[in-house]
Amino acid sequence: MSNVVMEIENLHARIGAKEILKGLNLQLEEGKVHAIMGPNGAGKSTLSKAITGHYDVEVTEGAIRYKGQEIVDWEPEDRALEGIFLSFQNPVEIPGVNNAYFLRTAVNAKRKHQGLEELNAAEFLREMKALVQELGMKPEMINRSLNEGFSGGEKKRNEILQMMMLQPDLIILDEIDSGLDIDALRAVSEGINKMKDGKRSFLVITHYSRILDYIEPDYIHVLKDGKIIKTAGPELVAELEEKGYGAIEEA
Amino acid sequence: MAQEELDKAVSGEYALGFEIDIEEDKVPPGLSDEVIRFISKKKEEPDWMTELRLKAYHKWLEMEEPHWGHLEYEPIDYQSISYFAAPKKGPESLDEVDPKILEAYEKLGIPLEEQKQLAGVKVAVDAVVDSVSVKTTYQEELMEKGIIFCSISEAIRDYPELIKKYMFSVVPMNDNYFAALNSAVFTDGTFVYIPKGVRCPMELSTYFRINALNTGQFERTLIVADEGSYVSYNEGCSAPMRDENQLHAAVVELIAHKDAEIKYSTIQNWYPGDEEGKGGIYNFVTKRGLCEGENSKISWTQVETGSAITWKYPSCILKGDNSVGEFYSVAVTTLAQQADTGTKMIHLGKNTSSTIISKGISAMKGQNTYRGLVKIGANAEGARNYSECDSLLIGDQCGAHTFPYLESKDAHGQVEHEATTTKISDEQLFYLRQRGINEEDAVSMIVHGFCKEVFSQLPMEYAVEAKALLNLTLEGSVG
Repeated sequence: MSNVVMEIENLHARIGAKEILKGLNLQLEEGKVHAIMGPNGAGKSTLSKAITGHYDVEVTEGAIRYKGQEIVDWEPEDRALEGIFLSFQNPVEIPGVNNAYFLRTAVNAKRKHQGLEELNAAEFLREMKALVQELGMKPEMINRSLNEGFSGGEKKRNEILQMMMLQPDLIILDEIDSGLDIDALRAVSEGINKMKDGKRSFLVITHYSRILDYIEPDYIHVLKDGKIIKTAGPELVAELEEKGYGAIEEA
Repeated sequence: MAQEELDKAVSGEYALGFEIDIEEDKVPPGLSDEVIRFISKKKEEPDWMTELRLKAYHKWLEMEEPHWGHLEYEPIDYQSISYFAAPKKGPESLDEVDPKILEAYEKLGIPLEEQKQLAGVKVAVDAVVDSVSVKTTYQEELMEKGIIFCSISEAIRDYPELIKKYMFSVVPMNDNYFAALNSAVFTDGTFVYIPKGVRCPMELSTYFRINALNTGQFERTLIVADEGSYVSYNEGCSAPMRDENQLHAAVVELIAHKDAEIKYSTIQNWYPGDEEGKGGIYNFVTKRGLCEGENSKISWTQVETGSAITWKYPSCILKGDNSVGEFYSVAVTTLAQQADTGTKMIHLGKNTSSTIISKGISAMKGQNTYRGLVKIGANAEGARNYSECDSLLIGDQCGAHTFPYLESKDAHGQVEHEATTTKISDEQLFYLRQRGINEEDAVSMIVHGFCKEVFSQLPMEYAVEAKALLNLTLEGSVG
């Protein structure tokens, strides 16, 4: 077994008064693609929020260890600087904030954290433009306000663009395929697949198996009622397709 | 995010609150015919000016302080204010300016030595401390082009014909209570005249500093752009931190003749008082521009971050056909600040057009009101106005209010108004933080994004200053 990048142990978390995660255990391995599948309301998005330190989610019990460190009390930006990236299901619009300016600030915050020199505007733009083209985005997206007036597909491509620029170590993709047409899905998946380098880990959160035809997972975890109830290889996808989540029994 | 974190994030310390220890010449508090004669005499003014001041004073005595603004404050005791204070040493050249004043301006980042330039750009500066102008730079260089840039006191002595013609022509002395008070007691300010066809080769700027205790500042600025000329003028200001409120009641008049353009930018950073509302400047200002000739243009840009109370409506009278009026404003109220600000666009000429972009930011207990009037006269065929008023709320103890008024006598006028109120959402902050941007930078990024359209109107070196000032106002690191 490869190295474990994240270990989640007996995680209990609630939103408001409602307990959503009820003793969840999960290990994410370095260089692997983990898919979390499960019915609506099982706690998939809550899991991604707990890992990234979202203000809605309160962890009441258990541990999240990332690269050997307990991160439950860490600020969201510190988790990000240490390499955790979340591709949002519904990226929020921020009017007047230039997309390139935002992304350069983020990239340089990370470079500073790593003790690297900041990228100047020219170097940064060269890199960003190349990726914008690769992802099939319109060049004017570079100077638009962050996510403002972007279509669903444009927002998702912009998430992937940020992911590629920030070079994270653990990438969480929350319903990345929702609202994507087939071309966008292909461009987004190609971007993700290019990021696979044998070191970087992925946590693909999805309700449908469609995205898994494009990003081949190493492990499938079934999340139901706040717990992982089954972990298996990619062959589980076909079984789930056929029988649905109802047929999966707790192991 | 917790309320106290937000509060901390938006209540940066007032960095310009120092006091300079200079010898002051000050008149005892209170107002009377004698005090007005005293001020006029101190300024070595001709008799006609003294008489105008007295006339204004008597009109003021019959007027009542207006209270229609969305503002709450303790009554102002006009007899407890000193109406004239001046540094004792009257300089003839820079060498004679009190070194302490030079030092103070240095601290403010305003160079009074011509070889020292602001951000590498030549900017002519008129420096006003309390009631007098202490130094005006680049006067000779400007004079070569026929441009007059001097203190209003000098102008009254040296250019009486221009002053008689234009002063009170846009803001009559009895226009309103505060304008009448200013007309009676105005102490210094700036006069600018740009001759026909001249494009002013550098930014002109006045920096106002209130220093003396219990003293009001009543400056008066008059800018005349003759046919086909252009000028960009900027004003900045600051004051020491004091527990008492101080009154600032200024009047600014602009006149743009045919084909002339005046761009007037303000960065207002008077001491705002503390979070309980103690201290701070009461800022009651009348600013109005007259687009006298065809194709003339007046553009107001203001970034208002200071003062306990702001009451200010920079306006344009669009008299010339095809003339253009613009108002771009960012007003920030945090701590216990209150601002009631906006504009009036009076369309009189044909095919006149105006644009209003107002951005109000409220935090902590700040109250921000936009009040604007668009008036379209009977002969203003083809007049057009576009107004956009956006409010941004940070936290839940602050408030934003919008009062747009429209009066149209011309059925053909085209008026568009858009208004939005938004909150910095936790979701926006989380998004930026998830990308590794810390909370303070994230708040600043969202606020700057909100103000973008206005900042883009400022001359570059002032845009840099405005951004830095906004950051300072929002400083006080979180977490």
